[in-house]
Amino acid sequence: MATRRVKIFSLFERFWHWSQMLLIVTLLITGFGLHGFHDVFTFEEAVTLHTSAAFALLLLWIFSIFWLFTTRTWRHFIPSASGMWGVLRFYSYGIFKGERHPYRKAYWRKHNPLQALAYLMLKIVLFPAIWITGLAYLFYFAWRDVPHATQWLNGVAVVHTAAAFMILAFVLIHVYMLTIGHSFREHLMPMINGFDEVDLTPEEEAYLSKDQPGDIR
Amino acid sequence: MRASIGAVAGFLLIALFSVSSGARDTWPTPPATAVAPPQVSGPLQGGTADHTKFDQLKGPFSSGPEVTVACLGCHTEAGDHFMRNIHWTWSYTNEATGQQLGKRYLINNFCTNSRGNEGMCAQCHAGYGWKDENFDFTDETNIDCLVCHETTGTYYKTPNSAGNAACSVMFEGKPPIDLAAVAQSVTLPQRANCGACHFNGGGGDNVKHGDLSSALKSPPRTLDVHMGVDGLNFACTACHITNRHVWAGSRYQVVSRDTEGTGKPGQRTDVATCESCHGLSPHPVDSLAGFKLNDHVQSIACQTCHIPEIARGGVATVVDWDWRTAGKTKDGEGYHEEGYIQGNGDHRYTYKSIKGNFTFDENFPPSYGWFDGQMLYTTIDTTFDPQAESIEINGFTGSREDPKSRIWPFKRMHTWQPYDKGNGTLVYTHLWGEDDAAYWGNYDMGKSIAKGMADFGLPYSGEFGFIQTISWWPITHMVAPKEQALGCGDCHTPTGSRLASVEGVYMPGRDHNRWLDIIGTLLVAGTLGGILIHGLVRFFSPSHGSKGEQH
Repeated sequence: MATRRVKIFSLFERFWHWSQMLLIVTLLITGFGLHGFHDVFTFEEAVTLHTSAAFALLLLWIFSIFWLFTTRTWRHFIPSASGMWGVLRFYSYGIFKGERHPYRKAYWRKHNPLQALAYLMLKIVLFPAIWITGLAYLFYFAWRDVPHATQWLNGVAVVHTAAAFMILAFVLIHVYMLTIGHSFREHLMPMINGFDEVDLTPEEEAYLSKDQPGDIR
Repeated sequence: MRASIGAVAGFLLIALFSVSSGARDTWPTPPATAVAPPQVSGPLQGGTADHTKFDQLKGPFSSGPEVTVACLGCHTEAGDHFMRNIHWTWSYTNEATGQQLGKRYLINNFCTNSRGNEGMCAQCHAGYGWKDENFDFTDETNIDCLVCHETTGTYYKTPNSAGNAACSVMFEGKPPIDLAAVAQSVTLPQRANCGACHFNGGGGDNVKHGDLSSALKSPPRTLDVHMGVDGLNFACTACHITNRHVWAGSRYQVVSRDTEGTGKPGQRTDVATCESCHGLSPHPVDSLAGFKLNDHVQSIACQTCHIPEIARGGVATVVDWDWRTAGKTKDGEGYHEEGYIQGNGDHRYTYKSIKGNFTFDENFPPSYGWFDGQMLYTTIDTTFDPQAESIEINGFTGSREDPKSRIWPFKRMHTWQPYDKGNGTLVYTHLWGEDDAAYWGNYDMGKSIAKGMADFGLPYSGEFGFIQTISWWPITHMVAPKEQALGCGDCHTPTGSRLASVEGVYMPGRDHNRWLDIIGTLLVAGTLGGILIHGLVRFFSPSHGSKGEQH
């Protein structure tokens, strides 16, 4: 077992992450503006930005889902209870004692169990909740004549806004997590240059060194 | 290989054929008719006759009806056509409600009723001499062609009966009319022709409607994008299309939501809706906002955004009228007081002995509500609770759930006006007349009501009071250029929304779930608080500095 610097985030993943970040920030700012929390943009500007960003994000997600399944990287997000307790214990106790983070990145398991579960919930609960309600919201005038459309729209708006609040909370925690363990900058770099320290089996190390020498340092 | 190409080609052909046959089912070809209808022509432009060259119009004429005879000498069917329209009949039966409407019968909350006061009010009847019930509605020589068609501006009308000396003095000393010159000037109605009455409804300039004032005689484009002299310069009949002297566009039966749009060429010349010219997707889809605005057409009348304010153009409208204060005199004489200077600098009366107190307003936002086009009138026959706080002269219906309804702008008119306290009805007041019961001159409301009701065999308890009445005037004129239209944020805002009082809709920006906002804010604040505490504990924990090595 050796710890090597390995490219764990491909160019597409990094593009995905950062464009998603920009779009979600845009959506949060314009969305809470539309909701009436601030007046940075006029309603028309906010609607235009919000809708454009939403469509861009949906397109990005279509590509990313395609990518996840064609590259088999979706397996990084399979939830696992193994090691979960250790991570939870570390964040709530061990970290204050100066303990070492219990999780080791593996080549085919780049997220710790808590991370994997959090990202999975984001992908299969919060994101679908917000984009399904968002599309329903946007195309309200196509279904305004169904019975009780106003009440349905009210429900759509509540779910959409609730999901937005939760995504904002996620973003805050997500950014704070970068300060745990390594320095903020060290946490950030893998998502910029793609490389992070990973525990490799001898076979993985040999394979990467021979067949993908550009992905290992 | 070749077989598979053939199969694919065959499949494509079948697909193509099925698409084209599907399209043909909805081909807009008119169905064949057994009997050929008259040929359809385009709208008339230009004209081929110069009325100044007609011998028949050389005169001299000693009266209006003589001119009418000359007109009808060539326009043989005009009289028959004209006598069917409400400018002549002042009568309209609403087929949906069965209510007898029309100026001849209705009570409004301005000068209240024309019935019994025709000597004065029928100045705006497009005929000659209607002063009482004896007017002959079948005599086509009584039609006044000139009031709508003359263009000299020298033609005017005076009351058909003398009235009390206190009032008739207003109409003395006018110059005589050169009827031959007036008759030779005829053309299609100009804005000033229609405006002679429609701009002065309720007894003065813009008093009644709020969106029809003398400012529209020669308006800039900024006041009305269609009628602007520096723009399209539309006459009223450009939209109020005329067919045999019957006009499109009715306030008694409003098309609140046009679902047909422009129709095919040669069609849709019978409505005065915005959509009949602009179609059902009027906004250019060159932006997301344009796309969303076209969606709004389903719920929002065009007027709601495109007529941002009532009584623009410098002429104010009356929004409140108080008959309770009418009848005050100085040295036994009626008087009036000026108390309002409107945008164009003119003074307006805020008190008249004959009418009471008025409140003027201009450049103010309309009231908004769901409207299905149906007005429900409180007529002389309607009874109500005499203790009621207020009565709607023309209540309207409509809701989000009704497919015909859209959100419309209205001018709200509030009045304290006389009513029969004993029977719970509105009353006809006898305002105009030479007798000693006419309110205008004698200032005795009780007497005026007693005669106003008795003349038409209507019950009157003998006890009158004053009740608050509301009338609603759909706003549809003075359409501003698009750059002055309302923006999204005028309605989609938590505070001061134009549509703050409109129910039955969830509007992003205006509406919130209060509990969701509280819980959501607590969630975000709690997250930040948790992060802060977690961070502080880390910072002050004994191992600070080692940073926990790595993960």
